[in-house]
Amino acid sequence: MSVSTLAPPAHRGPSPRQRAKRRRLIQYVVLAVAIVVLLLVADWQQIGQVFFRSDMIYATLTQGLGTALLNTIIYSAGAFIIGLVGGTILALMRLSSVAPYRWIAGIYIELFRGLPALIVLLAFGLLPLAFSGLIIPFDPYGTVWLALGIVAAAYMAETIRAGIQAVPKGQVEAARSLGMPAGVASRKIVLPQAFRIVIPPLTNELILLVKDSSLAYILGLSAAGYELTKYGRDLSSANANLTPLVIAGLCYLVITLPLTFLVQRLEARARRGR
Amino acid sequence: MNAMSEAVTDTTTPPTAGPREVVVEVIDLHKSFGSVEVLKGISTIIHRGEVVCVIGPSGSGKSTLLRCVNLLEEPTSGRVVVMGEEVTDPDCDIDRVRSNLGMVFQQFNLFPHINALQNCTIGQINVLKRPKEEASTKAQENLAKVGLAGRESAYPAQLSGGQQQRVAIARALSMDPGLMLFDEPTSALDPELVGDVLSVMRELASEGMTMIVVTHEMAFAREVADRVIFMDGGVIVEEGHPDDVIGRPREQRTITFLERVLDPTHVRAGEEDEAHQRRHAADHPAAGSSRRDDDLRPLPGLPH
Repeated sequence: MSVSTLAPPAHRGPSPRQRAKRRRLIQYVVLAVAIVVLLLVADWQQIGQVFFRSDMIYATLTQGLGTALLNTIIYSAGAFIIGLVGGTILALMRLSSVAPYRWIAGIYIELFRGLPALIVLLAFGLLPLAFSGLIIPFDPYGTVWLALGIVAAAYMAETIRAGIQAVPKGQVEAARSLGMPAGVASRKIVLPQAFRIVIPPLTNELILLVKDSSLAYILGLSAAGYELTKYGRDLSSANANLTPLVIAGLCYLVITLPLTFLVQRLEARARRGR
Repeated sequence: MNAMSEAVTDTTTPPTAGPREVVVEVIDLHKSFGSVEVLKGISTIIHRGEVVCVIGPSGSGKSTLLRCVNLLEEPTSGRVVVMGEEVTDPDCDIDRVRSNLGMVFQQFNLFPHINALQNCTIGQINVLKRPKEEASTKAQENLAKVGLAGRESAYPAQLSGGQQQRVAIARALSMDPGLMLFDEPTSALDPELVGDVLSVMRELASEGMTMIVVTHEMAFAREVADRVIFMDGGVIVEEGHPDDVIGRPREQRTITFLERVLDPTHVRAGEEDEAHQRRHAADHPAAGSSRRDDDLRPLPGLPH
């Protein structure tokens, strides 16, 4: 029973480290084989023709992609602004000392977080039909802004509420001790800090809105109101080719990838402290 | 001040001290957090120019007393009159009274999103409605006074604890308050940073500022205070001249407390635990049980 740290291994064969190395090697081999098989089996010409046909690329780029891209940005930006204002009001209602305000905000948030955005959009699209004489301004932009903004407000309200509650109580006490009324303390001290806290999650909300703006296709838009998805889909259907949709998809990435990068930067900065 | 040192343990009838202006009058103040009664009938008077240090073990109600003066805590019963205005009267415009009271917190509570200068101007501009330039000048003067000239553009996170606390003092002074309240201003500081803050407070006292200071700094209390109030268990146990209360305490509870504070190694086994238990009951009242909570909710534009 001699005890030695240099005792020879009790079992023969490869050490745990050697086995781990072997396992990793097998994984690389499997990956390499899969890629080779894919390269050999796939009909690259066919794939290229379906997804990246050069004349279709040209047609997509020249027939109004700019308008569609701009519309997507306008739809999502407008909805974001409505969502932000609505979300802030709802968050403040949720934190109100007046109980009915809390209930109203609570019901609103649960309702619109639970409903598909598509249904809300459809409802808003049909509203002018149902209420004769009702005109939603800036149609179709107004309809999309309202519908998506109302849904976004519900999500943003919860984010902003969390941000407000993350501001330490001592901040309010210090503000009130200077003689600031509650409203001034909110505007000057609490909300500026709360928004700094919620910038990253709100940017995520903006990214979601950019993608949700594709739902606008359901409204039966005129060509001037086309956004990326509708534009790409129409061209794809007309030509039985996926290239326009692929390009439309890439355009979304052009908008969302910088935003994703921005969120990462903001979050890293938040972790470091101001 | 001699009249005060004679009225050592008399807490029911506050000492009358000649013609001097009364700044704060506290009459039979009670405060409960839920079922825990933290203040059990406090009465005292503080005159213009007086520096009063409030000492006592944790959980004795010192901070709560201070926070009742500017109504950060709403008293359960009793009256508090500050510079002629009864703040416990529901009709009192508390914001106006507060704008004339400087409050310095243990945790500084500087506004982290604005720089040192803006911390000192935000109250002047938004509450006193002073023009920007005037507020700026005043803020610079006060930052210079607390030894932070040249740090106007620093954000709180860029300053040490001691510097932050001095900005907090400058922020309070910029409102030209008639009374300064200090809630354990050095308790959150590293020991080597305490001195700077205390010397600023000492200077304020020497200029005749009326101050109520909740503190554990016995040397400071003894040197600077005109009067020391020793609290324990929600009552004023002993008050008077610091040489009496700290130098020659009469009450057993004061003697025990001072022994502990001045020579912590002599605490008998078990005592610390007992004290801790008491503290635990009183020091951390259920958060949010205060009625003032509603008032502190950050809500613009909604009716209360």
